[in-house]
Amino acid sequence: MPAPSRADILLPLADDELIVGWRNSEWTGIAPFLEEDVAFSSIAQNEIGHARALYEIVAEELGSTADALAYDRPLDEYRCAPLVQLRRMDWAATIARHVLYETADAIRIASLAASDDPVVAGIAARIDREEVYHRMHAEMWLDRLLASTDGRDRLDHALDELWPYGLGVLDEGRRPELRRALEERLDRALPDVEPAVRGRYEPELAELHDEMTSVRRSAPAGARW
Amino acid sequence: MTPTPTALTEAEIWEALARIPDPEIPVISLVDLGVVTAVEVTDGAVGVELTPTFLGCPALEAMTRAIAAELEALGAEADVRVRTDREWTTDLITPAGREKLRAAGFAPPKPRSDAAPTLVQLERGSFRCPWCGSTDTKLENLFGPTPCRSLRYCNACRQPFEQFKTI
Repeated sequence: MPAPSRADILLPLADDELIVGWRNSEWTGIAPFLEEDVAFSSIAQNEIGHARALYEIVAEELGSTADALAYDRPLDEYRCAPLVQLRRMDWAATIARHVLYETADAIRIASLAASDDPVVAGIAARIDREEVYHRMHAEMWLDRLLASTDGRDRLDHALDELWPYGLGVLDEGRRPELRRALEERLDRALPDVEPAVRGRYEPELAELHDEMTSVRRSAPAGARW
Repeated sequence: MTPTPTALTEAEIWEALARIPDPEIPVISLVDLGVVTAVEVTDGAVGVELTPTFLGCPALEAMTRAIAAELEALGAEADVRVRTDREWTTDLITPAGREKLRAAGFAPPKPRSDAAPTLVQLERGSFRCPWCGSTDTKLENLFGPTPCRSLRYCNACRQPFEQFKTI
């Protein structure tokens, strides 16, 4: 069996980062308070920056460009996990997804940073330096919500609902690690569920894809401003 | 078309780049910030290597253009290469750059230790206010106006300030 290409390894990550960045940016201007406007906007900017750097590596291998990979593919060629596709404008669900995504992402990035391919290992290490702050932000919110009964109830409800999606971010072999990390942090068991894996498309993704690619489609020769 | 070979030396190019202000924090230069990671003159052709701070830094294109323009004014055509495969760390900010940041009210980043920074360190550690020098400061927000900065508040002089993140 041939070794997986860089595209095989990095495209799912790039697509996750692009789409989760987009979802995070949906809080810009309307988060519950100003600090969170700034935080989610900043995280979005980082995630989309990671996506760009990853697409550039993949584009070199495929003879394409970062923009073409981000915007010109039909929806069913995106490899993003269903977790990032969901659009949940509820604060507890937002924090639950943030916690699930950042915890799963840390596991994935750590394994990529140990890759034999220096390009893959290098970009993973770079991304991780920035992700450290996203994880701290998720931690902080987790502590804050767990500190009150109402917060804990809402968070638990959202986490249980999104748990199959969280599992689906990772390959099968790494899912137990995610379960262990979260069960320890939450001090409770998470349900046994069927993971929502890549290749499944949530209806919200079509809407996002349509909006995200609209400028590109309106100016096929390239938009300039 | 091959660019005209330059007579500039690498030292002269470093000097020229040290005059270019950072687009977002103009008190320090691109050289102070440590994003210019290599300058090379080979047979009169100029190569400049730029290693961005954060991968999503929107100032990257402005930096690339500014470098090309500064060197063009000196008659050199530069090939500016952006290296995202290299790590940039806040430890690359020069001592002079750190001093300029502090003087302008930005707390310079703490040196990076072997392990990544933690929330406990940011919440409980000692961070010095660039205005009054007190370390009685608290974390207000992990994120700030640009990806590279956090917001803190000084309990002593009651001023908010921006803290460069350690990465």
